[in-house]
Order: sequence, then C-alpha cells, then structure tokens
Amino acid sequence: MEFVGKILFMAVMAIFVQNFVLMRFLGLCPYIGVSKKLDSALGMGMAVIFVMTMASTFTWLIHTYLLVPLHIEFLQTIAFILTIASLVQLVEMVIQKTAPALYKSLGVFLPLITTNCAVLGVAILNIQSEYNFIFAILNGLFAGIGFTLVLILMAGIRERLERAELPASMKGMPISMIVAGSMALAFLGFSGLKF
Amino acid sequence: MTLLKEFTKGFVKENPVFVMALGLCPTLAVTSSVVNAIGMGLAATFVLVFSNIFISLIKNLIPSKIRIPAFIVVIASFVTIVDMVMHAYLPDIHKSLGLFIPLIVVNCIILGRAEAFASKNNVFRSILDGLGMGLGFTLALVVIGGIREVLGAGQFLGYNLFPETFQPMLVAILAPGAFIVMGLLMGLMNLKKKK
Repeated sequence: MEFVGKILFMAVMAIFVQNFVLMRFLGLCPYIGVSKKLDSALGMGMAVIFVMTMASTFTWLIHTYLLVPLHIEFLQTIAFILTIASLVQLVEMVIQKTAPALYKSLGVFLPLITTNCAVLGVAILNIQSEYNFIFAILNGLFAGIGFTLVLILMAGIRERLERAELPASMKGMPISMIVAGSMALAFLGFSGLKF
Repeated sequence: MTLLKEFTKGFVKENPVFVMALGLCPTLAVTSSVVNAIGMGLAATFVLVFSNIFISLIKNLIPSKIRIPAFIVVIASFVTIVDMVMHAYLPDIHKSLGLFIPLIVVNCIILGRAEAFASKNNVFRSILDGLGMGLGFTLALVVIGGIREVLGAGQFLGYNLFPETFQPMLVAILAPGAFIVMGLLMGLMNLKKKK
C-alpha cells in the first residue's frame, strides 16, 4: 500500500506541482515551438513521453553500472547527452522499420527531442534525487505526461488565440509567453496540495 | 569594421534571447535575481567562446554527417569544466543555478553558433562571435533578472531600493512572473522593430 501511495505522490508531484514546463522551465523550446496545432502537439507529447521514459531507464543503468563503479561520475553530462542522442536515433530507426504509420506521425518530432532539455533534465534529476530503478523510470514517465498535458492545453488555447484581436506587436511569441504565465499562475495553486 | 560588427551584433541586432528566441529555458529559470543571471550568462559565455574556438579549429577534420554529435561532445566537455570550476570556487551560485549548469549542453544558442558560425569561419572571428553572443545573452539575462528582482523583491543585486513600507510583487520572482516579464519584453522589442 505504501508503495502505491509513494507512486501516486510522485505522479502528482511530477505532473502538477513540479510541472516540468511551467514550474521548472524545462522543455520550453518545443512548448512554444510545437504548440500551434493540436495534432502536432499530441504527436510531440507522445514522442516525448516515450523518449523520456526510455532515457530515464538507460541513463540510470549507465550511471549505476558504468559511471559509479569506474568512479567517473564527472563524465555524467557527456555520457548522458550521448546516450540520449543515440537513443533518439535508435528509436527513430526502430519505429521507422516496425511501425511506419507511427513514424509518419512522430517522425518530424523525434530529432528535435535530443535538444529538448526536459529529457536531459529528468535524467540528471533522477540521479540527484537518488531514485531507485523503478522510481527513475516512473519519474521519466510522469514528467513526460506532465509535459504533454501542458503542451496540449497550450495548443488548445493558441488555436483560439488565432482569432483573437491583439495588438500587432503582441502576436505570436509574446502573447504565448503571457498565456504560459497565466497557466503557471494556475499551476502554482497545486503547490498547496497536502497529502 | 566588419570585425567590430562580428562582436557587437549579438548585443542588440541579433540578440540571441530577444530577437532569435533561443535558450529560453535558462533565460526564464535563472533570472529570479541579477546575481544568478550574471553567473549563468558568464558560464554560458565561457562555453560559447571555447567551443567556438575548438570547433573552428577542427572544422575541417569532422565529416559533415557526424558534425552535430561531434559538436555536442565538444560542448559537453567545456560544460563539464565550467560545472567543476564553479562547484569549487563559486559554490553558492553553483547551488542556486543547480540543474541549469549541466543543461548548458542543450542550450540552443551554443549549438546554433557552432553550426551557423564557428564551423564556417576562422578562429579569430569565431572568438569574437562567441564573445559577442555570450555577452548579448548575459545582457538579456541581466535585464530580465533586474526587472524581476526589482519588482519581486524590491532589491537590485541584493541592495534594498525602496523604503520598508514597499510591498514587493512576489509573483515576479516566482515562475509565472518569468513568463509574463519575458512576454512583455518581447512585445516591446516587436513594437520597437516596427517603428
């Protein structure tokens, strides 16, 4: 029971209270860049959930069984970014061979994910928070879900903003930032949650 | 004259943050105070200058197909150096910047300059470009950090600016304030460009 409670707590923390985009400022480039259309936001979100979970798994394994025994933890940054880059490449090739339909919808987003700082961020956070293997994977999954949630919300709002009357200089990026700010205000309300 | 331009273009005309909207994650995350903004800006400048030098030196040795992974490894090495040096000599700033020092690796400004400038120009020009862009980034961070610190804490660089009866707008140093200040500044830049 305690285990389930811990997992639930972690899910709420990663998705709402410590949302990667709005509270930790990770993954802002895709958040602003790919949130113009609902479809592409959904595709990007799914690709990010997948890669973040995989990246959490592999970077945890590499840190625990390679970097720590060899006492080369200072190479963490280099090792992790290489892992993520090759992982993304691998995932891209596997999906292309096995699921062409999925590749068609995710394809364009996959290369972008390497430079999504949320992925490297979750890998480093897993190590800093000293999570065990299961929790590291779950943290990656939940963080990805949190990212997707706000990405889709944002895409919905921006599709409506297209028709709003705005001063010309506020169109595009500036108003997106302000909307993101109001969303962050709303999400700030979650930090009062108690268990 | 052109050399001088190479150096100064990053300040206003091609400012990486305000004009090109690159490197948003660290920009919003570390600007809750001016000290953090300066720390982050100078760390990124160091990485930018040295990765530009190194990449411009080895640009003819790297096959163009694997240039991106090669650039990332070069950048990651300099980020690791900055991380360790700051940990040793500036532990306070290192602690408050936290996760965002290793995340300099995925800062699009640095990879962007490597790809767009250093891989095509000689060493001296690359140094000027890196220095200019880095200082432009620092300038943007200090502007945003200054606004947020003055509004949110009533301080600048830790000195109180207002009498004690002043009630700071706490929201400016919290997450939503970052988005809103950034959005308004971008709108202002657009307005200025139109005139």
